[in-house]
Amino acid sequence: MEYEIVVGLEVHVQLNTRTKAFCGCSTDFGSAPNSQVCPVCLGLPGALPVLNRTALEYAIKVGLALNCRIQEFTKFDRKHYYYPDLPKNYQISQYDLPVAKKGFLNIEIDGAIKPIGITRVHLEEDAGKLIHKEGVSLVDFNRTGIPLLEIVSEPDIRSPLEAYAYLSTLKSVIEYLEVSDCDMEKGSLRCDANISVRPKGETKLGVKTELKNMNSFKGVKDALEYEGIRQQALLQQNEKIVQETRLWDLRAGKTIAMRTKEEAKDYRYFPDPDLPPFIISAERINELKAALPELPEAKKDRLVSDYGISRYDAGVLVADKRGAFFAEECLKAYPEKDKKPMVNWLIGPLLSEANARNIGIADLSIPGGTQELVKLVSLVAEGKISHLSAKSVLADSLSGGVPATRIIEEKNLIQISDSAALEAAADEAIKENEKSAQDFRQGKTGALMFLVGQVMRKTGGRANPKVAQEILKRRLSNER
Amino acid sequence: MEFYRLTAHELVELLDSGRVQGDELLLQLKERIDTVDPEVKAYVRPGSPVEVQPALAEKSTHTPLKGIPISIKDNICTEGVLTECCSRILEGFKPPYDATVIRKLREAGALILTRKTNMDEFAFGSSTENSCFGATSNPWDLRRVPGGSSGGSAASVAADEAIAALGSDTGGSIRQPASFCGVVGLKPTYGRVSRYGLIAFASSLDQIGPLTKDVRDCALIMQTIAGFDPKDSTSVDIPVPDYCASLEAGINGLTIGIPRQYFVKGIDPQVKSVVEEAIAELKSLGAVCKEVSLPHTEFAVPVYYIIATAEASSNLARFDGVQYGLRAPLKNTQNSPMIDMYKSTRGAGFGEEAKRRILLGTFSLSHGYYDAYYLRALKVRTLIKQDFDAAFKECDCIVTPTSPTAAFGIGEKMEDPLQMYLSDIYTISANLSGIPALSVPCGFTKEGLPVGMQLMAKPFAEETLFRCAYAYEQATVWHKSKPSLGAS
Repeated sequence: MEYEIVVGLEVHVQLNTRTKAFCGCSTDFGSAPNSQVCPVCLGLPGALPVLNRTALEYAIKVGLALNCRIQEFTKFDRKHYYYPDLPKNYQISQYDLPVAKKGFLNIEIDGAIKPIGITRVHLEEDAGKLIHKEGVSLVDFNRTGIPLLEIVSEPDIRSPLEAYAYLSTLKSVIEYLEVSDCDMEKGSLRCDANISVRPKGETKLGVKTELKNMNSFKGVKDALEYEGIRQQALLQQNEKIVQETRLWDLRAGKTIAMRTKEEAKDYRYFPDPDLPPFIISAERINELKAALPELPEAKKDRLVSDYGISRYDAGVLVADKRGAFFAEECLKAYPEKDKKPMVNWLIGPLLSEANARNIGIADLSIPGGTQELVKLVSLVAEGKISHLSAKSVLADSLSGGVPATRIIEEKNLIQISDSAALEAAADEAIKENEKSAQDFRQGKTGALMFLVGQVMRKTGGRANPKVAQEILKRRLSNER
Repeated sequence: MEFYRLTAHELVELLDSGRVQGDELLLQLKERIDTVDPEVKAYVRPGSPVEVQPALAEKSTHTPLKGIPISIKDNICTEGVLTECCSRILEGFKPPYDATVIRKLREAGALILTRKTNMDEFAFGSSTENSCFGATSNPWDLRRVPGGSSGGSAASVAADEAIAALGSDTGGSIRQPASFCGVVGLKPTYGRVSRYGLIAFASSLDQIGPLTKDVRDCALIMQTIAGFDPKDSTSVDIPVPDYCASLEAGINGLTIGIPRQYFVKGIDPQVKSVVEEAIAELKSLGAVCKEVSLPHTEFAVPVYYIIATAEASSNLARFDGVQYGLRAPLKNTQNSPMIDMYKSTRGAGFGEEAKRRILLGTFSLSHGYYDAYYLRALKVRTLIKQDFDAAFKECDCIVTPTSPTAAFGIGEKMEDPLQMYLSDIYTISANLSGIPALSVPCGFTKEGLPVGMQLMAKPFAEETLFRCAYAYEQATVWHKSKPSLGAS
């Protein structure tokens, strides 16, 4: 029997507002423990929350970008559980009226587009951090109260690869909106997964497990891969799957049972009486909608239609927002109608230079600006400089801070393609290497390459080899 | 002269003209506290000295309360000064900040007394007996309770141990003790006074308000503490009128509603006749009286005890021994040390009534019970509010007794929580519907115990309450009577 996995993802994204969700404390990362706290985020007796309007607007933007319905009437609820990193022992969250719901996000795998349903997007406050050492547990409340978006997908994902594509696409959308750093290592993006397995064709959902503790997109993919196989094996042996929370153990490469659903808590949600409901006007929603930036999917479509580049290439270019802007600037400036050479340079040499530095292509700070890059690529396309020397020019330019055209000038790298200029050198080469000329005349075509090499030597490597070859051929055959 | 016996508005003038020296007033007041507080026990932490948090007057030029010592209920945060809600669980808690009302009072020149006034633990009670510091006595009869939960604040004003006081009112906690102690007490409209810095009991019901010797003082203090606070999302941005300006406007033609549901069974006959006489006085002052109906009155107490306990169970979740207050020693059970910390701290830190209310509230918010209890209570709350909306279409002001009885004996109702809960039967509706309500002294029982009359008005119509209460007060002598305390 063939099986399929059914996955829904729960993504938490820290919003990059300047201040916390319900107080004026800074959200900066990496400060000394408990240095960014106040009575409100410490949950001190008597302190009251006041919503950061920017956080709410960020949440609305994400909802809109994910094609959701925005609630015009939204409210906050208290979610109760005891934990020392939660100073009020309840989290301000949203229960039945999330900011946004019922949307979708298109993912693309091998050219096929698939919409993944978005169940809801809601705003809540982050908890603090526990640090355990030498028999004591310490609490750092700096993170407490940072605005957090919870984005819940429908169980529409059918493979670990789709999960990976969903996460990358979601991350890219959120980056385009500039509302979060989406840095999984810093914890500003976290992902839990619900996964079940069922025979292909079955419409009923199987018993699911919840996976936690994945700290990269690849981790999510690997954990789903493992868990899908584990569940399938259980089903094949006619064993039951236990509904439980499982932790991904990166080192062991497997999931481990954490707690069963029987111990699931009653969070006793109720509307937070400290925060009256918020009415978001249709006008404001429309304003925010109108102000949304071009999102990756639309940008990709447009790059394809405006510049005639392939969907694959466009996909690579739009993944990172600043890179996409940079790329479009280059494509626009590139004077030729066929943009292929420019694209090849962007996703080829330029991307590898950027990757080597662990930055995006937009951050390369090209000496002399994008114009220099465009000139360099044009020279290659026009055959005025070889691809190989252009690559080393780029590398030298980036490392030395010198504009590409100046390097080309200084090193005199422009190829000589002018026949008149090369004819003399060709004649000389033939004259000095009569033996090779003879060999060629007698049908040894390999001898021609030797003569081309001689022309290159005489021109200090600047001769366009193709043109030199043509001239030599013509001379040697004309003699007959 | 005994300056501490004067009202705030009298003292402001005397201090301003130099006829009273601030030091002299404070010294007299401290002596008064030393003399009578061992009997009244209005202040917590018996034996510790009374100091004042200095005014912040240099920050502002407008100082209408300059030099006036004010006592503060133990649940309102004062920077660096113990604020413990009369609960063991907040043992040693000194807030690092001032509540908004405290900041406003200090900026207006007021002197905040550092020994807080006694209260029922977390404001859970109507007698000020549920306090980890022991009960407060009623200055009019030391064997009786001062009412609650702001019993310490009310007693401190009645016994001339403070010029005025702040209390908090969630279901009658300012008005009922004001009535029992013969002082004026106001629960403002919900949202009129910032709750920032008030340690929450039930966030949708709590309001801070003044307890004073007369109506003018009540208006004077309200003038300072009222107003929008960006730190409290439930405070309302409506300009504060000049309360004192309209005090003397009189009540000729004012329509007063008498809700028939408030004068039925359960009311003490003496209280009933005293309040009826007061209503007659209002008529003679030109008010037009008419009967109004508040048909859902009988549901107010059950609705209140569901909503208030639900919110309390959530608000009190934060007292866990982690950051501040009590951390009880671990009991080394088979629980994890974390669970052990929670259980032993909360077990040792909360009193009986607090535990009862946390359990009640936790129950009604639990999965499977929420709709039947909490959600239904919210719906009935709306009906109660609609009763008032309808009634205020017919009248400007509703008059009722503040409490069905005068002060009861210490210990009398401690074994019967339900009887205790019923002593707030007339005051609870104003909290549920968010309207302002004021208690003004209106006479005495044969035993010499004060009786209070409650005036209620529509939201943000505190002016009407002051005007009406002032007209009544000036036409009567009740506010001039003082308990005989410390008379050697």
